[in-house]
Amino acid sequence: MSLMSKHGVFERHSLVLLLGIIIVVSIGGLIEIAPLFKIESTIEKVQGVRPYTPLELVGRNIYVREGCYTCHSQMIRSLRDEVERYGHYSLAAESMYDHPFQWGSKRTGPDLARVGGKYSDAWHVEHLTNPRSVVPESIMPPYAFLKTKMVNPTYIQDDINTNKIVGVPYTKEDIASAKDDLLAQADPNADSSGLQTRYGGKVNVRDFDGDPTKVTEMDALVAYLQVLGTMVDFSTYEPKKAGGIR
Amino acid sequence: MGKREVDDHSGVETTGHEWDGIRELDNPLPRWWLYILYGCIAWAVVYWLVMPAWPMLNDYTHGLKIAALPDTVKVDRIRVDAEVKELQDKRAPMFAKLVATPLDQVKSNPELFQFAQEAGKATFANNCAVCHGAGGQGSKGYPNLADNDWLWDGSYAGIKQTIQYGIRSGDPQERLSQMPHFGVDGLLDATQINNLTDYVMTLSGVKGADPKAAAAGAPLFQEQCSVCHGATGTGDHLQGAPNLTDKIYLYGGTREDIHNQIYNGRGNVMPTWHARLDEGTIDAVTVYVHSLGGGQ
Repeated sequence: MSLMSKHGVFERHSLVLLLGIIIVVSIGGLIEIAPLFKIESTIEKVQGVRPYTPLELVGRNIYVREGCYTCHSQMIRSLRDEVERYGHYSLAAESMYDHPFQWGSKRTGPDLARVGGKYSDAWHVEHLTNPRSVVPESIMPPYAFLKTKMVNPTYIQDDINTNKIVGVPYTKEDIASAKDDLLAQADPNADSSGLQTRYGGKVNVRDFDGDPTKVTEMDALVAYLQVLGTMVDFSTYEPKKAGGIR
Repeated sequence: MGKREVDDHSGVETTGHEWDGIRELDNPLPRWWLYILYGCIAWAVVYWLVMPAWPMLNDYTHGLKIAALPDTVKVDRIRVDAEVKELQDKRAPMFAKLVATPLDQVKSNPELFQFAQEAGKATFANNCAVCHGAGGQGSKGYPNLADNDWLWDGSYAGIKQTIQYGIRSGDPQERLSQMPHFGVDGLLDATQINNLTDYVMTLSGVKGADPKAAAAGAPLFQEQCSVCHGATGTGDHLQGAPNLTDKIYLYGGTREDIHNQIYNGRGNVMPTWHARLDEGTIDAVTVYVHSLGGGQ
């Protein structure tokens, strides 16, 4: 009984107790969490998912900054009525390059996981400027200021580098040409061949906000919204083959 | 261990601690509680074996695959696919009938027509109403689908094509028309655009047109606009050129609106739907839109 009777040490010294708690909880955490960094098979491999382009990444940052996630989810659950309304259920791989993911937990507004391509750019601009002008019953706040706020390309390389550190496979070239790519995507007259070799031919290159002379935060946010849920081609997706069902 | 103290009153051992003369009885834990605890421990072991549980270095324990259970119970994704398929199978006979029936004959089959209307209405509300309005009434920049004024073809086939491939959508089979940006691109100078505005106002009798300017704009209209909008301004469905004589304006009918449109040449995008909706659903929406009031 010698070891069992030593528990008096823990009961009489709060710091020793605290240390003991930390050690025990850490063991549990390490066993549960640490292997996930190594196990590759928890995320299925899906054709088409790519890292965000610089403009989309800026748009995503605006999405996070403005707290869009507090009212909009980006997660179509595997339930019949959701699949009927929003389209194919979301795959983990579709948010594998999201840091942090934007699944959300509240739907005051509709789910946005597959909003890309569903509406025109002009509609998005109008809707963000004054939601009631196109959806009379909407309670979304207006974001008209995005039209006049320029995108600041100063930090885009740092931003992409940060994403690289946490595991998004951006290349050195992606980082080096980030500023050019950022501006090229919103300008239909710019040379976007570099952007398309780096991020694929499916990248939307056009003036998103209706003002081709400048790259505004509206451009960035609409570019981001228009790519949501469009990366995976579900006409060729097979869950079993992709390892989504085991 | 030292000597055990037994409480005189209850005959139960005490824990041996004493605070201000108060001692604690060392009763055993209730049996029911203990059995639940042991049961939970046993259940945990079973759970480890059956379910994916223990992380390893590069893999994890996958658990037993219970063959007796159908996949629809074991895997959410298979379950939802099965549920969606069940629903589609229920609708399939009617959709197959709809796809097989020429759209202009759907109306003569009341049962099929009602099905198409219901399916079309639900799909319209989910996908189309955000731009075209809940009843298809449209708004500035988004055409009214409930009137008989069509930019493009208002027949069944025409509506279906617009829904499938969109307008200025970037699809290879898109409908494409482009109003020139007369002002932005400097194709006409300020006076010319003003004259043209006044002339276009006279076409549909908008009040406040300056007759002199309109007269000066008339030859300009024949030169610049008549190729698409027609010599009399009645438009051309083949090119998606609006009728300018009917007082229905997509971007507003005031002098300023008309001037803006000649200056900027706005053109909105109708997205493609053939990748998002299957053919039966598109047929249903076509029938629904056609029935809103203006189908040709």
